[in-house]
Amino acid sequence: MKTKSASDKIISAFAYIYMILFVIVAIIPFMTIISTSITDEQYIRANGFDIFPHEVTWAAYKYVLGRGSTILDAYQVTTFVTVVGTLFSMLITTMMAFALSRKEWKMAVPISFLVYFTMLFNGGLVPWYIITTKYLGLHDSLLALIIPYTINAFNLLVLRSFISGIDNSIFEAAKIDGANEFQLLFRIALPLALPGLATICLFYAISYWNDWWLGLMLINERELYPLQLLIRAITSNISYATSSGSNSSIAAASIPEEGVKMATTVLTIGPIILLYPFLQRYFVKGLTIGSVKG
Amino acid sequence: MRRALHVRFTDLVKNKFLYLLVLPGLIYFLLFSYLPMAGIVIAFKEYRMDLGIFGSPFNGLNNFKFLTVDTLSVLRVVFNTLFLNVLFIGIGTALAVITAVLINEIRLVWFKKISQSLVILPNFISWVIVAVFAYNFLNTDFGIVNNWLKNLGLEGVSWYNQAGYWPAILVLLYSWKSVGFNSIIYLAAITGIDQEQYESAALDGANKFRQIWHITIPGISKTIIILLLLAIGRIFYGDFGMIYGLVGDNSLLFSTTDVIDTYVFRALRTLNDVGMSSAIGLLQSVIGFLFVYTANAVVRKYDKDAALF
Repeated sequence: MKTKSASDKIISAFAYIYMILFVIVAIIPFMTIISTSITDEQYIRANGFDIFPHEVTWAAYKYVLGRGSTILDAYQVTTFVTVVGTLFSMLITTMMAFALSRKEWKMAVPISFLVYFTMLFNGGLVPWYIITTKYLGLHDSLLALIIPYTINAFNLLVLRSFISGIDNSIFEAAKIDGANEFQLLFRIALPLALPGLATICLFYAISYWNDWWLGLMLINERELYPLQLLIRAITSNISYATSSGSNSSIAAASIPEEGVKMATTVLTIGPIILLYPFLQRYFVKGLTIGSVKG
Repeated sequence: MRRALHVRFTDLVKNKFLYLLVLPGLIYFLLFSYLPMAGIVIAFKEYRMDLGIFGSPFNGLNNFKFLTVDTLSVLRVVFNTLFLNVLFIGIGTALAVITAVLINEIRLVWFKKISQSLVILPNFISWVIVAVFAYNFLNTDFGIVNNWLKNLGLEGVSWYNQAGYWPAILVLLYSWKSVGFNSIIYLAAITGIDQEQYESAALDGANKFRQIWHITIPGISKTIIILLLLAIGRIFYGDFGMIYGLVGDNSLLFSTTDVIDTYVFRALRTLNDVGMSSAIGLLQSVIGFLFVYTANAVVRKYDKDAALF
């Protein structure tokens, strides 16, 4: 019975080949930008982009990280927004998720519904934009890149269901011992909900790090551009301006133009790539949590 | 609902900590979700900067006139939104299910772990970065794809001027970014299938292919249907980050890539047409709500626990 039939071997082999191909497809774009960022500009001009580096040079990185660099400003903006935004979001989200998970509290149900409803219906872009900029005055400031993302309703509901999973008798015992709700939250719920908290925390951090939509909508001043918006500014015109062909070789002379675009991109992805091996088990866990009802 | 939200004073005192804990969150939802919902009235108003949303005078259905004046371009963005979403949902789901089924067949644990974490990596990259990747491959002069074409003795293609290619390019990039990540959800569902079914099927002489076809696929069909329905619920929303990130203001590609969200954005930011963009935004929200609501009602029929509400 242990011997595998031919068709089983075919499926098994196919699974390996498929996954190898998928992995290659998944990582080739990353290799390409890394290679281009360290390939000599003259070589690119003559031969185009490639998956592997040629005539390696660090000129593009020296240029990008050189003095008066806009990249470093954008790095500061994005780092600040990611750190402060994630902490702020986690605080507000956790507080609300905990309160809404308290089964004895009658108001938990109607307030949860208010949260659900925002996932179904929204006012659309225009009222949101006018209220955010005109009424709340959120534009051209670091707060404008944080406040509108304070709570993600989906994250909130996932965390609420995670905390709901904690055995209620633990809370009741603590209450009898005289603990108030703050103590229940910080002493009991937080330590027990750690895997859920870690997952949500990562989701928030990634979304702050990757965001450019808020920047696009609310930021005009160059010094406040987050990294992703800077990348967009550097690459958006070119992506089709140079595609028409004719005059692209003229600009080539002094600045390693293509290399700079790619080096900037590499630096923007950098932190995620570096942290990824450590974080990816949380992603997998978080996804599995997220696929269960919030 | 109104009675449920009526707060009694005794409850306020008794649960003051809980009220304090939800207060910041409630303020957030009030300001950034419910106030914009109330702001929808501007779809029926002649918006004036100085008077604001609530002070501007009403102008009836004037803002909706674009529907009759500009019918063709409205139909085009609606078609693009639906067409692209159907492609994304169909092809994306099929690939994610296939990937999950095949990952499940892999027995080497280290290979499984490494390949799985590499294929979900693209999900954590922003669309702006994906646009740089696309540029790397599709640039007319230096792009890798055109290099390959030239090596084969073919003509290079001006990808950024050719609207016809873009539905395919968008589907490719969408799949590249999302399939690995989504496959994990299906993989979680596969893990939930009772292993005894496989054992007894194997005893009955069913090969791997028959096991996949008769046990795995039916075992996750509920998950597939629920996720499909929820995706269909959001079919009137384009992914603004994706489309604007990849296409931006390149009007050469609008005929196949412009979706409702990018259209509204342009009407607001470029044309500064508050009236039209709020009117189309309102239609999108209402139709979108009806779709989500219906999809959710259907999901409830299949599986109460999987429904959104």
